[in-house]
Amino acid sequence: MIAAYLVLLIPFIGIVFFAFAGHKQDTGRLNVRFNAITLAATVWLAVNVLNNGTILSSDKAFIIDSFNVYLIVLTAFIGLTTAIFSAPYMEHEKELGKLTERRLKLYYSMYQGFMLAMYLVLTTNNMGVMWVAMEGATLATVLLVSLYRTPESIEAAWKYFILCGVGIAQALFGTILLYYAAVQIGDGDNALLWSVLFENARKLNPEILQIAFVFMLIGYGTKIGLVPLHNWLPDAHSEGPTPMSAVLSGLLLNDALYAVVRSKMLVDGATQGNTAGLLMMGFGMLSFLVAALFLHRQKDIKRLFSYSSIEHMGIMTFAFGMGGPLATFAALLHMTVHSLTKSAIFVSVGHAAQLAGTQNMERIRGLIKTQPQIGWGLLIGTVAIAGFPPFGVFTSEFLVLLATMHSYPWLAPLLLLGIGIAFAGLFRHIQPMVYGEQPEGQLPIKANLWPVMIHLALVLWLGLAIPDFLANWFSQATLLISGSMPL
Amino acid sequence: MNIEQQDFYTQAILSMAALVGLTSFLMLGQGRLLRLIFVFALQGLLLTMTTALAAYSLDSPHLFISALLTLVLKVIFIPWMLRRQVLLMNMHRDIEALKNNTAVMLGGASLMVFSYYVLHPIVQTSSAIMLNALAVSLSVVLLGMLLMISHRQAVAHVVGFMSIENGLFFAAIVATKGMPMVVELGVAFDVLVAAVLFGIFFFHIRTSIDSLDVDRMNRLNEVDQ
Repeated sequence: MIAAYLVLLIPFIGIVFFAFAGHKQDTGRLNVRFNAITLAATVWLAVNVLNNGTILSSDKAFIIDSFNVYLIVLTAFIGLTTAIFSAPYMEHEKELGKLTERRLKLYYSMYQGFMLAMYLVLTTNNMGVMWVAMEGATLATVLLVSLYRTPESIEAAWKYFILCGVGIAQALFGTILLYYAAVQIGDGDNALLWSVLFENARKLNPEILQIAFVFMLIGYGTKIGLVPLHNWLPDAHSEGPTPMSAVLSGLLLNDALYAVVRSKMLVDGATQGNTAGLLMMGFGMLSFLVAALFLHRQKDIKRLFSYSSIEHMGIMTFAFGMGGPLATFAALLHMTVHSLTKSAIFVSVGHAAQLAGTQNMERIRGLIKTQPQIGWGLLIGTVAIAGFPPFGVFTSEFLVLLATMHSYPWLAPLLLLGIGIAFAGLFRHIQPMVYGEQPEGQLPIKANLWPVMIHLALVLWLGLAIPDFLANWFSQATLLISGSMPL
Repeated sequence: MNIEQQDFYTQAILSMAALVGLTSFLMLGQGRLLRLIFVFALQGLLLTMTTALAAYSLDSPHLFISALLTLVLKVIFIPWMLRRQVLLMNMHRDIEALKNNTAVMLGGASLMVFSYYVLHPIVQTSSAIMLNALAVSLSVVLLGMLLMISHRQAVAHVVGFMSIENGLFFAAIVATKGMPMVVELGVAFDVLVAAVLFGIFFFHIRTSIDSLDVDRMNRLNEVDQ
């Protein structure tokens, strides 16, 4: 259990530390170290869970089971690699005069604040605290979206703040309804604890829980970026600093989906049906198709990939909604590989934008000629995210497709069509950027592409073979969520 | 069941619910910012009174802490901050011409009916009183959103945002005698941070577009220019 407390304590120290010392010379490297220590703590935690199974802290405030343990490690890992990328990146931005020392302080302090909120969402056993942490994540990142203080970035941050704030308020209403249903079966103080609710799910009033779930889906769905609540997402991703886009896409969206799935597990227990799942399937499919179409008309490279995030979150929501063991397993895998691939892409995109001096895709050209690592990183990342074998995204999308053909055959063509449209949408933009002649005077920049390579290697590995312990966690989580083992 | 047959506490809660709902409608039709903020503070005060009443009648002392937090945050700090912004920007004489005021008011009324409709299944598990209280809270939430849609000033948006929080808070008090303490403190903390962030944002928006009219923030969209 100490490991879980450490995971929360280290980022907290980080917030305070960087708030005072964030402007020093080596802050970027210190930020890397903070994240590395947290990663070590999460690995320790994971080993504990691997040996002893589910951990419930003595006051029941925290729960680590097979569903969240791998997400915690994933969060820490992406937090670390993004920090590695962010150190020279932010230094470069400072040299360009886009940032002042005070803003760097804010940036590093809130980077840790965001990480803390993410760990809290994942580890807490209390549905109320989960809401608080989710809102905390918005509050931590909203000033980072407007870090450059351009009119566009301020507009994006305002939109992000208002939309997510109002959206997530709905989730609080859902949580209150959940609490209301729980109080009726007794046990006032523990009534919001997920583990207690899950045990007693059958006794909860199904009608109230269904209403509560609608509110929670809308609330957390705003954060997932489900269409039609997605408007903040492309703006916030495109106007904020690139490391922020990487962690928003890689972590925040995942954790919001995690909150929805936790709620769904309670509702399924109460209703003994799949109403919640149908809602998720509808929203997921809509997001997936709309985002795939929107990919075609983007001009800004970061907007392009944020729509791709919406598309993939749509697939996951759809798969979790479908609910069978195979679909759930696929969704869990997809959460992992999408996070890894998407954050790798945003790292390459950040370098590409710095290289070309613009985010406008029409003016980014000849990346491979100018600096092969960046060009290839972007190209391979895009190949992976579009779902080509042998990468992990292919495996999970294929499993989702199989599950769809099995349970809802008439939806399979839509799914295939969407994947095809998304593929075309990505490549029509990427192809001229990476190939083609370089503009005159475009020079290589100092870039650190280790994070990209490591992420893509992991995605490749997951596509070829899933290691035993991970497959084991996925299976147990699937058992927990869907009620039966996959395969 | 008749309202006279209820005990004093239930009657008081019902009147409070009615008053809170009324303040939401008052805000919806208000074009002057200072008056909007005043009504918002009034709503906060009603909430504080409800919380204190619940704490006293239901003998749950931890609600007194919530009452105090509400008083400090929603009645004093946030209205003071917003008022200062309005005076600073010299907007206290402007009257925002609300488009389609009648339609907005009618929309508000239908939202209230809608809230009753959505929450009707709750009657199964408890009294009709609870339905009233919860439906009013939900309609305060929805009216807060409508307020944000119908007003163009950033200050009005913040008032709408905070009044959504008020609706949620009211629901938590009347339906479940407040949330567990840790959650309540967490929510209060989030509201405080949000209020401070709004203050910072006003400053940024003012320096970037020289006004607090959010309609002028229209650079980012998917429409072809």
